[in-house]
Amino acid sequence: MSMPFYVSPEQLMKDRADFARKGIGRGRSVVAVQYADGVLFVSENPSQALHKVSEIYDRIAFAAVGRYNEFENLRIAGVRLADMRGYAYDRRDVTGRGLANAYAQTLGTIFSSGGEKPYEVEIFVAEIGDAPADDQIYRLTYDGQVADEHGYAVMGGQADTVGEYLREHYTEGASLDDALTVAVAALGHTSADNGGSEDRVIPTEDLEVAVLDRTRTQPRKFARLRPTRLDALLGDRGPATHAAQPEQLGEPAEAPAPVGDEPPIAPPG
Amino acid sequence: MTDPRLPAAFLQPGTSSFSDFLAAQAPDLLPSRRAVPQGHAGDLAPHGTTIVAATFPGGVVMAGDRRATMGNIIAQRDIEKVFPADEFSAVGIAGTAGLAVEMVRLFQTELEHYEKIEGSTLSMDGKSNRLAALIRSNLGMAMQGLAVVPLFAGYDLNHGQGRIFSYDVTGGRYEETAFHSVGSGSLFARGSLKKLYRDDFSADQTVQAVVEALYDAADDDSATGGPDITRRIFPVVQVMTADGGRRLADDEVATIADRVIAGRMTRPDGPTAPLEQGAR
Repeated sequence: MSMPFYVSPEQLMKDRADFARKGIGRGRSVVAVQYADGVLFVSENPSQALHKVSEIYDRIAFAAVGRYNEFENLRIAGVRLADMRGYAYDRRDVTGRGLANAYAQTLGTIFSSGGEKPYEVEIFVAEIGDAPADDQIYRLTYDGQVADEHGYAVMGGQADTVGEYLREHYTEGASLDDALTVAVAALGHTSADNGGSEDRVIPTEDLEVAVLDRTRTQPRKFARLRPTRLDALLGDRGPATHAAQPEQLGEPAEAPAPVGDEPPIAPPG
Repeated sequence: MTDPRLPAAFLQPGTSSFSDFLAAQAPDLLPSRRAVPQGHAGDLAPHGTTIVAATFPGGVVMAGDRRATMGNIIAQRDIEKVFPADEFSAVGIAGTAGLAVEMVRLFQTELEHYEKIEGSTLSMDGKSNRLAALIRSNLGMAMQGLAVVPLFAGYDLNHGQGRIFSYDVTGGRYEETAFHSVGSGSLFARGSLKKLYRDDFSADQTVQAVVEALYDAADDDSATGGPDITRRIFPVVQVMTADGGRRLADDEVATIADRVIAGRMTRPDGPTAPLEQGAR
């Protein structure tokens, strides 16, 4: 048996962070945008069954990128936590802040414990209030950090490019169709290596779009927008092209993992 | 909760049933897990009374009176006993009011929980079977006098029609055709609907028929409340169609109830049904 060798804590954490970031970077981006009536989520996800954006509770939604089985577990845990709290207390006592805190503690503990591989996920927890000023978007990273986002937020593979596009084009208090148009254009925007940029029109059947809409009369404010509705909202955008490489949600590590990419687990003992 | 982390059991894949999850994680939250000392407890708590449901082409209507009784006392005049279970179905409850309301809350959460975890809704039969399981687990309490007997109705999107299910205290589930009623006034309400009901009614006519039936139940059963015209308290009416369920606003029900009362002013026994067979 080989002797365990010394790894400095800084190096260990850095390795684990690099590992998680690499896993997240392979997935496509998810955009969350605040608009006049709530929060809009858009991602390019051709699968109709494996969702990246889901309902947690009346006014709370969940979006994630990264490894599907891991964020699906977190989503189910969130639904269980929310339903249990709502049943034991009252529906109004389920808050996005409480949920974000539980996720942060869970992700943080897994990240810093030596025994498990860190989760390769990044999460948005969004909650809408009675007015746009009360809307919240929390971003949770693989290491359990929580950030409070305002206006718009992007996570996943091309987060920088998409974020930059949104920074230039996002307007506060936009209507649903304006916010959707900007978000979809941002996801189709790619910067080339030579400094130029390319804008692709993503077909509506490849889009996963959901809203937390405070104008809904039902107590449950989450709704998915289907392709027919999206066509009506987006209008004519010219010929659409599918993504070059379809993302496999069930198995995000589509690229064969290079040698030496194993999860950095501390040597036993 | 002292540890802010999500407990390990929450992160385990497994059941999409909320009540199964509660049974494993927090059994004390389940209404049926409460230990009740030996003896009859039926007189301790208020009882809800009459619920009526009737189908029409394209949907189903459920209505309940507003009275809860405790022995000879009227415990509450404006209790609500008809609740939306999810977007397309509703559950009405007769029996021990406190337990029943708690069971409805559990049932609502159960349906919503399944929908969120699985990403699709349960079938109408699936929903009615889940409710049967909840009733069955309450049998011990029912034998001590704390029975809960629900009536479940909803629009079945797969079959394209309204459906009604009744239950007994052992969790027996029976599909009813056309109309049904549960609770202390149910005999009178069912007799009334038998004469008034027609299978080509519109939604509005069906609502009027069930309000007539509740009036007849209140007429002959002391535990069923009639329309309270001085306090303006009227039955809760839920209408479910392919577009979803909706509770009729109070003034809508008030209009119908006022019409029913006006009719009874001239004919206290209500509308007459033709004697000849098949007459329309």
